[in-house]
Amino acid sequence: MLDLSEAFRAALRQIAALDPQLIEIIGLSLRVTLTAVAIATVIGFALGGVLAVYRFPGRGAVAALLSALMGLPPVVAGLIVYLLLSNAGPLGVLQLLYTPQAMIIAQVILVTPIVAALTRQTCEDLLEEYRDQLRSLGASSASIVTTLLWDGRYRLTTAVLAGFGRAIAEVGAVMIVGGNIDHVTRTMTTAIALETSKGNIALALALGMILLVIALAINMALMGIRRLASHFAYA
Amino acid sequence: MLEQPTSLTALDARALSSGRLLPLELKSLSLETGGRRLIDNVDLRISEPGISVIMGPNGAGKSLLLRLMHGLIVPTEGAILWGGATMDGQIRRRQAMVFQKPVLLRRTAAANITHALGLRGVARSERGARAIQALQAAGLERQAFTPARVLSGGEQQRLCLARALSLDPEILFLDEPTASLDPASTLAIERLLIEAKHRGIKVIVVTHELGQARRLAQDVIFVHHGRMIEHQPAPCFFEQPESDAARAFMAGGLVL
Amino acid sequence: MMGVCTRRNVLGLALAGLAFLACGVPVAWTADNFIIVQSTTSTQNSGLFEHILPLFTKKTGIEVRVVAVGTGQALKNAKNGDGDVVLVHSEPDEAKFVADGWGVKRYPVMYNDFIIVGPADDPAKIARLKQAPEALKRIAEAKAPFASRADDSGTHKAELKLWQAAGIDPKGASGNWYLETGSGMGATLNTAVGKRGYALTDRATWLAFANKHDFKVLVEGDDKLFNQYGVILVNPERHQNVKAKEGQAFIDWLTGAQGQAAIAAYKIDGQQLFFPNARPQS
Repeated sequence: MLDLSEAFRAALRQIAALDPQLIEIIGLSLRVTLTAVAIATVIGFALGGVLAVYRFPGRGAVAALLSALMGLPPVVAGLIVYLLLSNAGPLGVLQLLYTPQAMIIAQVILVTPIVAALTRQTCEDLLEEYRDQLRSLGASSASIVTTLLWDGRYRLTTAVLAGFGRAIAEVGAVMIVGGNIDHVTRTMTTAIALETSKGNIALALALGMILLVIALAINMALMGIRRLASHFAYA
Repeated sequence: MLEQPTSLTALDARALSSGRLLPLELKSLSLETGGRRLIDNVDLRISEPGISVIMGPNGAGKSLLLRLMHGLIVPTEGAILWGGATMDGQIRRRQAMVFQKPVLLRRTAAANITHALGLRGVARSERGARAIQALQAAGLERQAFTPARVLSGGEQQRLCLARALSLDPEILFLDEPTASLDPASTLAIERLLIEAKHRGIKVIVVTHELGQARRLAQDVIFVHHGRMIEHQPAPCFFEQPESDAARAFMAGGLVL
Repeated sequence: MMGVCTRRNVLGLALAGLAFLACGVPVAWTADNFIIVQSTTSTQNSGLFEHILPLFTKKTGIEVRVVAVGTGQALKNAKNGDGDVVLVHSEPDEAKFVADGWGVKRYPVMYNDFIIVGPADDPAKIARLKQAPEALKRIAEAKAPFASRADDSGTHKAELKLWQAAGIDPKGASGNWYLETGSGMGATLNTAVGKRGYALTDRATWLAFANKHDFKVLVEGDDKLFNQYGVILVNPERHQNVKAKEGQAFIDWLTGAQGQAAIAAYKIDGQQLFFPNARPQS
């Protein structure tokens, strides 16, 4: 029978020992996901803001597509990126397959729709309140976008957080494009998959718990920021 | 002690320069949505400086009229001419508007004003000083670095007005600016409007409060059911309204 | 305090953070001297690579990056040029790979054997049978759960050959007692253990597997359970990016004295997992 307390103890032992392999795996997970989220945030904010403010033909279709892409299965995103980056594919010359860069690209594809769709929603809500005043002040569409993005900055942290959660937890995309190579592209999630397939259930659980703690910590940090913000009526 | 509307000779040369935007002419202006005629064939000419008050019962279309004048809504029929020119972005930039509910960004009071100045293309180095100036004129200098949305209702509305004035507009629109404010705040706002008038800014304010209209108006435009019923100089309107609707309104009855 | 959170400051901080992150990541780009080996999950799960690869890197300075997937996928990836060397265990497929011009030459490297594992109470009563096909026949008759990799891997192909020898087509019972997991060896073993059923596995993976519960090796030693591994250099004429020199260096080492000795030296609980059998190089 699976012993949860055994797994918990194994986790603590690993952490206490500051196992260099563990540190390496955690470090790579965070670097890949944080970089991907940062890039996706820049693209997503811009995309979401533009969609909320500008009127153009096909706007509804793009918005619907973004919402649909929020549910893109990670393994499908991984497959698409693999086909692009494979040496038999169009971007093979970049030699990016089986590198952390490929993993970042795949996660950017996963996270951007989430950030963009939630940004669009937030900006549309804010626009309801601000539209007339901003037009009265003579704001161009571009400055309306930047104004809304800055104004909704605390609400938008929720969007970024959602994107982070999706990326840090996924295994399908990073497994296919990264190859789970030891010391190179092994993240927490791919390590969990590997240890599970080796029957090292306790170790896999331990890794899982560490992953949860990290995700929780980041969530709580951002919650704290939001609480502070609403205190100053910035939320 | 509130001032009574003063004569035109008290206004400075600024008033004459805004003559480029005045006269405001609405010609056969109509607004129709969903089959309903919200503004019906309005003909109006505002050419004198000072404070013009648009009055009427609720739902008469006063706010819509204001938004049409400011170019926030496009009419279904008819024309709006400022000094003979049709409404465009350039003309709108020489105007400013204060809405019934204060609309403020999630920043400090001063930042709200510098942001607006930035939108108008004012140089970064000048924005701070002009913002402080505007805050001082509105008596809000101590709240300069307070988050705007933490201010009281009256302070917020004063801030909106200060922001509008900081832009140096030639025309200032206000849509029921003191509708939900306490008397002290109302007084402060009205004082600012009168000062603005003295500086030569043309003020067009919508109100349903008779007392306020009496205190501020140079001329009164009475609107009902989307139609313009009367346009008279204030003393004439208050003493001898021409229409039954206006009379009933003044008497305090419900005007259907 | 909130004045610090000006738009410019936050933007600057964000860009700095992004630059820091991005620079930290190209760990892969700095290590120029590496080859990619497409191999199988069974080989990886056995722990062999962790044991022998550092020896090769120490000797030659070439880092070996292993992508572990099923045999079918490994060969497919190699056909796409996404690897420099292939190390799998499915002789007919390897021969075809070379014959079709995707690989240069196949070298035998090592062998181990397959075994059939199952629960201690052995519902199909196959323990100690000498013939593997006979064991499968009894499993089919008892309709005992059997977890198959069903993923085009060397193990899977070996399994199918055994069913053929037993004269049984288990696909008809797919989803019933014949469970096609479509997964690697470890995941398939987890399924077998979870369902208290049988599975065909290579001995190396089984020895290294940590979730055995009360499962035992029930059938072993049949000639048909012989599992040969081969290593092939991906044809550099088909894909320009193949690191032919380093790849061949790896193959030479693997089939040479040091590599073969390293393979033989890898043991779990005193048991040797792989048996080197490369032909002596001329």
